[in-house]
Amino acid sequence: MDKFGKIQKVSGPLVIAGGMTGSRMYDVVRVGERRLLGEIIELNEDRASIQVYEDTAGLGTGEDIEFVDEPLSVELGPGLLGSIFDGIQRPLDKLLEGDGDYIVRGADIPALDRERKWEFKPLVKAGDSVREGDIIGTVSETELIEHRIMVPFRCSGTVEEIKDGDLTVTDTVCIIRGNDNQMHELAMRQTWPVRIPRRYVKKLFPGEILTSGQRVIDSLFPVAKGGTACIPGPFGSGKTVVQHQLAKWADADIIVYIGCGERGNEMTSVLQEFPELKDPNTGQPLMKRTVLIANTSNMPVAAREASVYTGITVAEYFRDMGYSVALMADSTSRWAEAMREISGSLEEMPGEEGYPAYLSSRVADFYERAGRVRCCGTEGREGNLTVIGAVSPAGGDLSDPVVQATLRVVKVFWSLEDKLAFARHFPAISWLRSYSLYEETLDRYLKEKVSPDFPENRKRIVYILEKEDELAEIVRLVGADSLGGQDRLLLKTARIIREDFLHQNAFNSDDTFSPLVLQNFIMSVILFYHDLLMDAVNSGVDFGAIENPETDEIISKLKFSKDLNQEYLTGIYDEIKSGVNNLRKGGAGD
Amino acid sequence: MINEYRTIRNIVGPLLLVEEVEGVKYEELVEVRLSNGEKRKGKVIELENDTALVQVFQGTAGIDIPRTSVSFLGKGVELKVSGDIIGRVFNGFGDPIDGGPEILPEKEMDINGLPLNPCAREYPNEFIETGISAIDGLNPLIRGQKLPIFSGSGLPHNRLAAQIARQARVLDSDENFAVIFGAMGITYEESEFFRREFEDSGVLRKSVLFINLADDPAVERIATPRVAMTAAEYLAFEKGMHILVILTDFTNYCEALREIASARKEIPGRRGYPGYLYTDLASIYERSCRIKNREGSITLVPVLTMPEDDKTHPIPDLTGYITEGQIVLSRSLYRKNITPPIDVLPSLSRLKDKGIGEEKTREDHGDLSNQLFAAYARGKEMQELALILGESSLSETDRIYYRFSEEFEKKFVSQDFYEKRSIIDTLDLGWSLLEMFPDRELKRIGEALKERYFRKENHGRNS
Repeated sequence: MDKFGKIQKVSGPLVIAGGMTGSRMYDVVRVGERRLLGEIIELNEDRASIQVYEDTAGLGTGEDIEFVDEPLSVELGPGLLGSIFDGIQRPLDKLLEGDGDYIVRGADIPALDRERKWEFKPLVKAGDSVREGDIIGTVSETELIEHRIMVPFRCSGTVEEIKDGDLTVTDTVCIIRGNDNQMHELAMRQTWPVRIPRRYVKKLFPGEILTSGQRVIDSLFPVAKGGTACIPGPFGSGKTVVQHQLAKWADADIIVYIGCGERGNEMTSVLQEFPELKDPNTGQPLMKRTVLIANTSNMPVAAREASVYTGITVAEYFRDMGYSVALMADSTSRWAEAMREISGSLEEMPGEEGYPAYLSSRVADFYERAGRVRCCGTEGREGNLTVIGAVSPAGGDLSDPVVQATLRVVKVFWSLEDKLAFARHFPAISWLRSYSLYEETLDRYLKEKVSPDFPENRKRIVYILEKEDELAEIVRLVGADSLGGQDRLLLKTARIIREDFLHQNAFNSDDTFSPLVLQNFIMSVILFYHDLLMDAVNSGVDFGAIENPETDEIISKLKFSKDLNQEYLTGIYDEIKSGVNNLRKGGAGD
Repeated sequence: MINEYRTIRNIVGPLLLVEEVEGVKYEELVEVRLSNGEKRKGKVIELENDTALVQVFQGTAGIDIPRTSVSFLGKGVELKVSGDIIGRVFNGFGDPIDGGPEILPEKEMDINGLPLNPCAREYPNEFIETGISAIDGLNPLIRGQKLPIFSGSGLPHNRLAAQIARQARVLDSDENFAVIFGAMGITYEESEFFRREFEDSGVLRKSVLFINLADDPAVERIATPRVAMTAAEYLAFEKGMHILVILTDFTNYCEALREIASARKEIPGRRGYPGYLYTDLASIYERSCRIKNREGSITLVPVLTMPEDDKTHPIPDLTGYITEGQIVLSRSLYRKNITPPIDVLPSLSRLKDKGIGEEKTREDHGDLSNQLFAAYARGKEMQELALILGESSLSETDRIYYRFSEEFEKKFVSQDFYEKRSIIDTLDLGWSLLEMFPDRELKRIGEALKERYFRKENHGRNS
């Protein structure tokens, strides 16, 4: 396979080489004396345009291009969880040991540790017939996750031999006699080209909520397992905090977090926090269910383009095992900008704002890889992959091409507003502009699993917030005093909803995660309080007389409730009732 | 292999196209010798077959086609460093301009640096006291952070930057501290202002200055911040020093970048700036850091003037997406005679939470600053309402907020450019301002802290 081309042109991350006849689109090549990793992205007669995943300084014309004859692929197998990789799946922690604090070029370390032994437990025996996607054995990869070793795609037949015990990822664990009588030696390690979605039997409709513990998200704009969501917002509006919160608390089995062109210190904070944070369900460190992909903003730009594909392929692999996987990409704008940069050096005709014309189809392809699916394999297990992408629009302007391309495909839109962030209202998700198209799908689930009144509560809460926005105009013009009692009460309730329900402090350990039951309880209590006061106002009590800071305070402490037993719940309702009754007595006395 | 070529084909703006070259590498350092013997530096920015496109840092004025020779030096653009650079003044390319001796290099470092492995980073968590209440109290600077100042033309960002350079210190010690100042395209007067400020306060002995003035070649500006960050990396991670880097003005830097991009006929992104502006800025900003198991640190305060005070302009916009917060200056505050005119609401320090609190500053810092923010935000709203409806239309509580926001600007934000307030003074000042509120309005402060600090000072003074 010793075929070589020659470099003809070097310009930023793009190299153009001649003598490339016989190479294929999206094949990997090794560029120059340092053997930098590159990928062919355009072919023109015998010339190939190559995007290089490492800094190209020091390359010269005439240097060799070595053909590798395979597309850009990731390694899949035990050892992914708890690791941090760069955009082309080089293990950053291993690079640190080998090369020191800075990333030197041409490093070539395999993603999965070749030395480490894993205890392989077979699930099939010789003579069993298996087909693609069937699980032949398991490895307990971390305390949280059992890694299921699957028969690779396009392989089916009878098991000739299966091993048991401590093996490395490259050792043969199983030999399958194919239906064509060919022998297939399977190792725990598989590879898969990143730009091609992994296969499944069929897509299913999402029907279950991905609980995030974030009140504004779960209660007002929920995302389903297997769904897609995006978080656009200007800088400083808290995109990354929301993404981190989701990565921490979402009730998925596996989290894949892609730091795409973002700050180095943000990855550091994930690396430091996640091993210490405990999964609320299992008590194990969150890092044990997490795979990190990091291409920080000062790392090579072409690898940024690859990083989202690397991440989603790893996520699909775990989905295929039958897990529920959530992928966070922060930020897809950097990915789009990397595309723009490369497209610019290819001198392609630019579309809007200099982005390539294929921007929206690439974005759509990426989000379409999400979904709830019936996985390959005889047992017909189900897996799902939720994709949540942050978008950083230029100037916070939502007409940005990346935002628009994303909104055309995603089902949930969490709009972050800097106005809210300035007032330190976090998460700064606008309740007026955001939406979720899963509301109705999930209502049935919420009614059954949480409480029958959940959907109704949500509708009323949204109505009050909407009404507040309308009234705010009037208040701005003529002052709150000019409003009637009912409207003033509505404003008061809306304020309570904003301050005591939507506002959530990610850094307060008691408030950072709100279970669904608690969320519904707070909504119910607020509405109960609202109704009681409304009765009072309707029966002629003066609005001024129903201002009662003490009862308000009961509500502001609800989010810290620990044990939601029946006694506690009734207690709260009783307290509120008596608080309002006292008011009415006082009010009547006037 | 140093070959001299006299094969320049054309000259466009700061760029030379040299033909028939051999063995040239991308980003290689180039020496250009003019017919009068003058030498200039440049680098290869594109290679195609046997032609190299060279960007000349000192500009192309005076270069002719037949008699100018070009040689390729077989290495990248490097900076000579040694411990002796401290206390010296250099041009934007790293050559001494203070009349002192040449630097005897201990080593030569590539000015582009290498990307830091995210696993090697230490999360910044040490508070730097700048002595400025609006920064220390509400948007504190943390060692290893990159915190830009967003300013506008005509606002006193230089005085603020100089004040930070003069006063910055870490609470428990000020060992081994140095300032690196990089000027990109600022005027002679501005640069003299900094030099004098540094000299008068004795900071100059502990600083390194890289000066590229407005009339220096624009292309040199591309190198200046990289040269400054390289010097910072050397002093921080080889000499174990804590470095504060001040780079001003990034708007000029970006203009220079745009100039070169248009000379190369690149497809422009937003407002004519190149599509890779984000990546380019990140390659500078991200070099501020702390590294595990290494002594020193690099803290970066870039200054930029927002064209037309527009925060959505690509330069502040992309900067804000990379940096860990921003300090925003406001023209209306400045007109109200509030200096430094820091608009605390849009300002932000992302690393705040890990750098303040018990054992770092004081236990009440977090809650107190949240409360001050919230109260000021509501007060500002009331100011707007009062503008339309008159102050009398506000409720009694709202009137307190209204008054608070004015007092807060006058007493807390405003301070003299030579006044240095300790963090303890700043926090106490915050508490004393909150005294105008009834207890129940302080919703963001924990009960225990309220018990300990609220109205305590006051009682002390009265008795």
